[in-house]
Amino acid sequence: MKKKYHKLYFIIIILAVVTLFGCDIIFGSVTLSLSQVWSALFSADSDEAIQTIIWRFRVPKAIVAILAGAALSASGLQMQTLFRNPLAGPYVLGISSGASLGVSMLILGLPLLRISFESDILRNIGVVGAAWFGSAAILAAIIAVSTRIKDIMAILILGMMFGSASGAIVEILQYLSPEGALKSFVVWSMGSLGGVTTTQLAILVPVLLAGLVISILLIKPLNTLLLGENYARSMGVNINVVRRLIFVSTTLLAGTITAFCGPIGFIGIAVPHMARMFFMEADHKTLMPASMLLGAAVMLLCDLIAQLPGSEMTVPINSITALIGIPIVILVIIKNKKIF
Amino acid sequence: MGDNNKAKSVIELQHLTLGYDDRILFNDVNINFQVGGFTALLGRNGTGKSTLLRSIVKLIKPLSGDVLIGGHSVKNMSTRDIAAQISFVSTEEIKIPNLKVFDVVGLGRAPYTNWIGRLDRKDKDMVYQSLDMVGMLDFADKSVDKLSDGERQRVMISRALAQDTPIILLDEPTAFLDLPNKYEISLLLRRLAHEKNKTIIFSSHDLNISLELCDTLVLIEGGDVHYGTTDSLVEEGHIQRLFKNTQLFFDKKNMTIKLKTK
Repeated sequence: MKKKYHKLYFIIIILAVVTLFGCDIIFGSVTLSLSQVWSALFSADSDEAIQTIIWRFRVPKAIVAILAGAALSASGLQMQTLFRNPLAGPYVLGISSGASLGVSMLILGLPLLRISFESDILRNIGVVGAAWFGSAAILAAIIAVSTRIKDIMAILILGMMFGSASGAIVEILQYLSPEGALKSFVVWSMGSLGGVTTTQLAILVPVLLAGLVISILLIKPLNTLLLGENYARSMGVNINVVRRLIFVSTTLLAGTITAFCGPIGFIGIAVPHMARMFFMEADHKTLMPASMLLGAAVMLLCDLIAQLPGSEMTVPINSITALIGIPIVILVIIKNKKIF
Repeated sequence: MGDNNKAKSVIELQHLTLGYDDRILFNDVNINFQVGGFTALLGRNGTGKSTLLRSIVKLIKPLSGDVLIGGHSVKNMSTRDIAAQISFVSTEEIKIPNLKVFDVVGLGRAPYTNWIGRLDRKDKDMVYQSLDMVGMLDFADKSVDKLSDGERQRVMISRALAQDTPIILLDEPTAFLDLPNKYEISLLLRRLAHEKNKTIIFSSHDLNISLELCDTLVLIEGGDVHYGTTDSLVEEGHIQRLFKNTQLFFDKKNMTIKLKTK
């Protein structure tokens, strides 16, 4: 009936993801040729330096880009539907800031208390745990307020307040911190997909996959939530369970990405709108997979741009995501004055 | 709900007390709603019409007492059990861009569809039938934000029909509509109650329309709740009492509300 072009669109987006994945591996501070990549991937007796570049750095980074894009977009879509607010997203609502606060307390706060981690794994688990805790705390606060205050603008402003408050605490910690800890925190806060180590990847991949699976299981309840909570409940949806699942999956998705890649803004809010513009639909059966795939493509594109191909330099990824995401958000505000 | 036992009540309010922490709306109400009736819930703003509807569909908890649906207490029914018995049309205005009329009505099948909400042949037939019953079949592919208020209300009623429940509750379905639309929606609901044997209860401020079209009325006035056929409530003077201390009076002969001053 109406879904004539949907398959075609999905194929185009998947092709875009595959192409961008390839480009992300080829381009970087050293541009590789296709044949170099090919032989590094599929034959044993190739240049060891190139092997290292590809397997140690570029492939993990591209995988992280795909997961980060999908994760942030899926959580943004959930936030927008749950709060019935087109401008909701993990970054705007302060959930990423909450994760940042958690991480900063760990990176900056513990050295102040002269506590240091013995092992790499322990440290990483600590960082993720702190990010989850921080984002869960902010999300819980917003959900608690949103059951009382129905005004969508009030909730957004509140998210910003939480974000600013976290920022203020982070600044105090920064001011007090020694140079070494400060430097590692500043690098983290600029956001990077490439800094993820193999140990971190071992935590990142299963956690994000779990979050994405929950997102897919939430498709039907999210659809009923389009009509609001009362309608959803009257159609047999157990709203408390659903709210908890959204809570868990958003914390896992946005918190984990923030822990390992730094606060990356505007993907979560902009990509679901790109999916809506593309497919002209509100059905989450389409929007959820479309947001995940588009998020992956956009994140790969941002990473590619951040490499500044042909130059030795890279710029922080969250500057690029902001510059790409913000125009889309502005377009959404201007075009659809009312989305929910 | 295959066999229709006319004498059986579908909804029973037992010693129902509703209200909020600081305020009781009404106390110890006992009503048995019969199958297939078209009932209006009348009362002034803030008397508890919405609250009563919401407590029947278990969106809010009563302070005390119980609601029975088909003989079962809602306390022991899951949201899904209730969704199979009652569909609810709220006052919420649904104006989401790109949300198709077909998809909204399709959501009415949610209690019966699989984990992802896929509509099978039977579900789709049900959606088209429901759209047809409210005269909105041609609007299936339209987006809900492009509809007029009257059309949108028909779509929401159609969604309730697609849920395929013996009971439909509607919270002020004719508010914000112009007079012809108010009549059309009310007539549509009456037809559904009588032809499809649905039990329909709706809250309303349109006393004239309700007196004209409803089988039974629930009057909520100052904490008192009266339930009865339209005629009996008129005979007992309950309608008249609604307008004490106002500029209005009830003209019994013409069954209409009029202004006291000439």
